[in-house]
Amino acid sequence: MSISEEQVRHVAKLARLGLSDEQVATLGVELNGILEQVDALQALDLEGIEPTAHAVAVTNVMRPDVIREGLSQEDALKNAPDQQDGAFLIPKFGG
Amino acid sequence: MSAVSVDLSSLSVSRIREGLRKREFSAGELAASAFARIDAVEERVHAFNSVSRELADDAARRVDVLVARGGELPPLAGVPVAFKDNMNLIGTRTTCSSRILENYESVYDCTAVRRMIDAGAIPVGKCNMDEFAFGSSTENSAFGVTHNPWDLTRVPGGSSGGSAACVAAGEAVLSLGSDTGGSIRQPGALTGTVAMKPTYGRVSRYGIVAFASSLDQIGPFSKTVEECAQVMNVICGKDPMDATSVERPAQDFTEDLHYGVKRLRIGIVRDRLDLEGCDPAVRARVRQTADALATMGAEVGDVDLPSCQYGLPAYYIIGPAEASSNLARFDGIRYGHRGADPTDVMDLYMRSRAEGFGPESIRRIMLGTYALSAGYYDAYYGQAQKVRTLIIRDFDRAFADFDVLLTPTSPTTAFTIGEKASDPVSMYLSDVYTIPVNLAGIPAVSVPCGTIDGLPVGLQIMGKHFDEATILRVAHSVEVSTGMDAVPPLVADLGEARGTVVV
Repeated sequence: MSISEEQVRHVAKLARLGLSDEQVATLGVELNGILEQVDALQALDLEGIEPTAHAVAVTNVMRPDVIREGLSQEDALKNAPDQQDGAFLIPKFGG
Repeated sequence: MSAVSVDLSSLSVSRIREGLRKREFSAGELAASAFARIDAVEERVHAFNSVSRELADDAARRVDVLVARGGELPPLAGVPVAFKDNMNLIGTRTTCSSRILENYESVYDCTAVRRMIDAGAIPVGKCNMDEFAFGSSTENSAFGVTHNPWDLTRVPGGSSGGSAACVAAGEAVLSLGSDTGGSIRQPGALTGTVAMKPTYGRVSRYGIVAFASSLDQIGPFSKTVEECAQVMNVICGKDPMDATSVERPAQDFTEDLHYGVKRLRIGIVRDRLDLEGCDPAVRARVRQTADALATMGAEVGDVDLPSCQYGLPAYYIIGPAEASSNLARFDGIRYGHRGADPTDVMDLYMRSRAEGFGPESIRRIMLGTYALSAGYYDAYYGQAQKVRTLIIRDFDRAFADFDVLLTPTSPTTAFTIGEKASDPVSMYLSDVYTIPVNLAGIPAVSVPCGTIDGLPVGLQIMGKHFDEATILRVAHSVEVSTGMDAVPPLVADLGEARGTVVV
């Protein structure tokens, strides 16, 4: 499978990446190069093979339901690009 | 401050503990020596994104109080250590070598880091890496490339290249890295250090910035196998903050190191060793090392892992797919870089992310988003997860006949800076031997097995789930029989000055 420039733009939007035209063109070439390598997977007959999500399976991990100290408001806001009155602040948009 | 100065590159964890107990030197002097070494070589190596002098002084003071009190010292007392810059530690920035997190201050501690410091280690700094751990050379850092102490014109490998280089250069005695497809073992091989990826679930992942959650694992760099085992004793164990960490009986990984390899069944992975891209000299080194192990009493045979040929393509779907999901959190709202003057919320996201992420991060996010997007999921992610099952079956079959398996860690020795930087596919091939291990979740260690043209070669020893003890035992035998006594030229040069220094 190969990826068109239009698809690169679509995927960039899904990924919330504001790419330049130049980046879109370069990525198209690079992604196709990588996908060529990945295409080996398409040729495999994997009918009936179970997929593996985690190699070391653990199930139903429980812990006691106890209230504990979490991140403080001060720490949670420590790296905020902008903040006001204990909240994250973003620019005002629209009307 | 006393005039005693210590050469860290010649001291082991055990020697440091003994020296502290006998009052040959203090933890404060050990910390000062680490920073003296950093000051002397860092301009050439650039292993660190930041150094943490205050944290180091605090930690050293705590150790010196323990020494003054007498009694048992904790296992890593006074040992200068460094951490990959994707591990949170309060009092340091955690940048992942990315512009998007350039000013990010840690607000909590990574469990593995905490355990090292609680065991008496002295944190000297945070190590350079490929941005968000995407890479095999540390060239993808937003803050400059790290140089290999064996040859400053070459890469140290990656993505944990800074963690590897600082140990090789004697700037720290130990370090931690993270390994998603080889990011500990491959730089270990390229810098002549001992480098381990533990079994998935052995070490808590709490507090590392996630790359691919089903593959990531934290592990140590050290100069010797014994020190690798000593770090494993400290960092392993269940953590309530990581639901994928596994409860296991407490174990001393140093216990079996000296048992040797007699009657141990060691499999050379023949079809992997014969890969076209593998340097014949590397291949020969691996065969020679296996011969040496046979001489020591191991039963050495050949085995094939045919499904591993699909490891690389499966990884380049699974890794980016999970990464694209994990990196969705960097949106310019709560932390990290925010683009200026956005027109609406969408524009704020698009600008913040495009400005903050470097080229390789963008490439991986794009690849992963594409693989997970409507209409492509089954063909890519679904198919890759089934290949993962086949690879696990291959390993299960091989481990029915063998206790451990051998391959090179990396198909080549350290390559030159810039050599592969412009070709993502050839860079990805650096991890051809290490990737199947992450897909199967098994443990593996890279141990130096000699040099070619003055550059170290790493042997990868792979084991069954949770059988780190056996691979460490084999690694120790390799170290004893064919291991390197060579040190990087950088360290040897400083060693001449060492003559004037009193230990």
